[in-house]
Amino acid sequence: MLNYTFHWNQALKALPQMLEGALVTLQIAVLSMVIGLICATLLVLCRRSGNIFLTSFATVWVEVARNTPALFQIYMAHFGLGNFGIHLSPYTALLAGITFNNAGYLAENFRGALKAIPDTQPRAARSLGLTSLQAFRYIMVPQMLRVAFLPMTNQMVWAILMTSLGVTVGMNMDLAGVTQELNARSFRTFEFFAFAAVIFYLLTKSVTLGARAMAARLFRY
Amino acid sequence: MFETALTFNDLLFLAKGAGMTLAVTAVSVAAGTVMGVVFGVIRAQFGPYWSAPLTFLLDIFRSVPLLIQLVLANAFQAIAKFGWDPFTTSCVVLSLYTAAYCTEIVRGGIDAVPVTTRRAARSLGLTWGQDMRCIVAPLATRVSLPAWIGLTLGVMKDSALVLWLGLTELLKSSQILVTRLQEPLFILLICGAIYFLISFPIARFGGYLERRWSPDD
Amino acid sequence: MIEIENLRKSFGPLEVLKGINLTVANGEVVTIIGGSGSGKSTLLTCINGLEPINAGSIKIDGVEVHSKSTNINKLRQNVGIVFQQWNAFPHLTVLENVMLAPRKVLGMAKQQAEEIATKHLIHVGLGDKIGVYPSRLSGGQQQRMAIARALAMQPKYMLFDEVTSALDPQLVGEVLDTLKMLATEGMTMICVTHEMAFARDVSNRVAFFHQGVVAEIGSPDQIFGSPQNPETQKFLSGVR
Repeated sequence: MLNYTFHWNQALKALPQMLEGALVTLQIAVLSMVIGLICATLLVLCRRSGNIFLTSFATVWVEVARNTPALFQIYMAHFGLGNFGIHLSPYTALLAGITFNNAGYLAENFRGALKAIPDTQPRAARSLGLTSLQAFRYIMVPQMLRVAFLPMTNQMVWAILMTSLGVTVGMNMDLAGVTQELNARSFRTFEFFAFAAVIFYLLTKSVTLGARAMAARLFRY
Repeated sequence: MFETALTFNDLLFLAKGAGMTLAVTAVSVAAGTVMGVVFGVIRAQFGPYWSAPLTFLLDIFRSVPLLIQLVLANAFQAIAKFGWDPFTTSCVVLSLYTAAYCTEIVRGGIDAVPVTTRRAARSLGLTWGQDMRCIVAPLATRVSLPAWIGLTLGVMKDSALVLWLGLTELLKSSQILVTRLQEPLFILLICGAIYFLISFPIARFGGYLERRWSPDD
Repeated sequence: MIEIENLRKSFGPLEVLKGINLTVANGEVVTIIGGSGSGKSTLLTCINGLEPINAGSIKIDGVEVHSKSTNINKLRQNVGIVFQQWNAFPHLTVLENVMLAPRKVLGMAKQQAEEIATKHLIHVGLGDKIGVYPSRLSGGQQQRMAIARALAMQPKYMLFDEVTSALDPQLVGEVLDTLKMLATEGMTMICVTHEMAFARDVSNRVAFFHQGVVAEIGSPDQIFGSPQNPETQKFLSGVR
């Protein structure tokens, strides 16, 4: 049935290039998670502030991030912002899009995790004389992180997978972008993308396993 | 921004794109759910050890970017001379992708049915099939439905990626209009609004079900 | 001294405290008894400033608890409270639970806080549990940890809100013994309790709450021996 000769050697030769791309992928994923975590924390604080403008701003961000495709969010960063004279490079647009998406989902995770902590916890902390900010910082946040840790890990995996969307806006440095460039030159689509798939699989698995090991160390209670 | 060259025909074009998005989603979710239920029952029934190969296989679909799955499947069908059009290829990939997630949801739902409840059913003389149909299925559905709704919406959003195979769905049709009319922000906003209007109410409904059916309320 | 004057507190349309007058002198142990819904626990959370009040006043050492100008966090350092649900912080070890407030609120150095925390944990009989997480403790042990946690702030006053009500019967004794020990050491305490024998043993005065007011107050002998108020008589005959 298969009247086709696979050329795995070509893909093997390109492996160093692809691994370099994988590093860029990892870099974007980590950056988007770090900035996304900061944004998510701010969004949670906005939503708890009681200020109508801050609350609406945060709600719109979270709902748009969760109810439109990630690819759409990257398109907005790449094409949409052009209307305001802002022209982002593919790298920046990809990073901005994924960060926006991460922040929205993480903020929602944090909100759910905070809800899972009983009211009596901050109350007990306040009764000892801690200020409400101290109670949030020392009692709520650590417990929230435990509940939100698995969703955070999943989001990190998502961030890695989402980097592949960069090729659609001309990104050519990350794993998917490098693979696409190689493919455009040689037309060995299956071989190259199969390699990319394996590398992606190994990346996401290492993140999942690494996070599991970290959780075991962090949350001994 | 409000002086636009966008015509009624262009809006119709977008609507057709949205129709394609919904068609791909409907086919994939339907097929994926059927597979997911079968795989989920297998996983719950045979335990983690015997279903390990299946688990491993399905996990691949959740660990490799969908875009790469689509490209690989398209390349493979060309090599194997299946002669699939982009729509078929997209639906096959998205169905398997859906099935991978759906399996976990179904397994989770079945595992959430207390063993004691199932023992009680079997003690009354119900067969395995009757137990599954009359006891497990209703209870597991209730647990799984909110997550399944989330999955469906996720597939709807992820289906935007099939544009890479040349299928003109909602996002691709907006892109075509952007190229022609040079009004990226306005057209993309319409496109985003359409996604949002489909997704948001259903997501809210899912959240409502989850709250209403959560066991501790 | 804790002085409560004409205190009123409502939750929505429901008035829980309808004019409470109560003064607790230094070194005194006052227990509060009464049926559920009589406002006993609410009073304690109001004294600690965890619940806002609607009218009246609560003064601790002459300082108004519910005045805007009062630094409530500073005031709370003098008033420890232990709840029915012990509310251990699950992510901190027993020692860290007790150290948290001295470190963060009093700004104590780590070593000093550790010494104080260890001292109080030994005092309540948890010297061998300092390194474990609360999830490994029994309810009684967690409750004693909560007492040590409050004591570590070196408060002048301690409020105990039905601290044995959520415990298994066989664990009640160890916690009551800890309270008795504090009472004999001269701690000023207000205890809301359902343990009548305990109230009779340790209190200087016993207050009977009924429908949001202090229906009767007096020495344990008088309240348990010859209660005057018919509601008190009814309540006490019910619990025996």
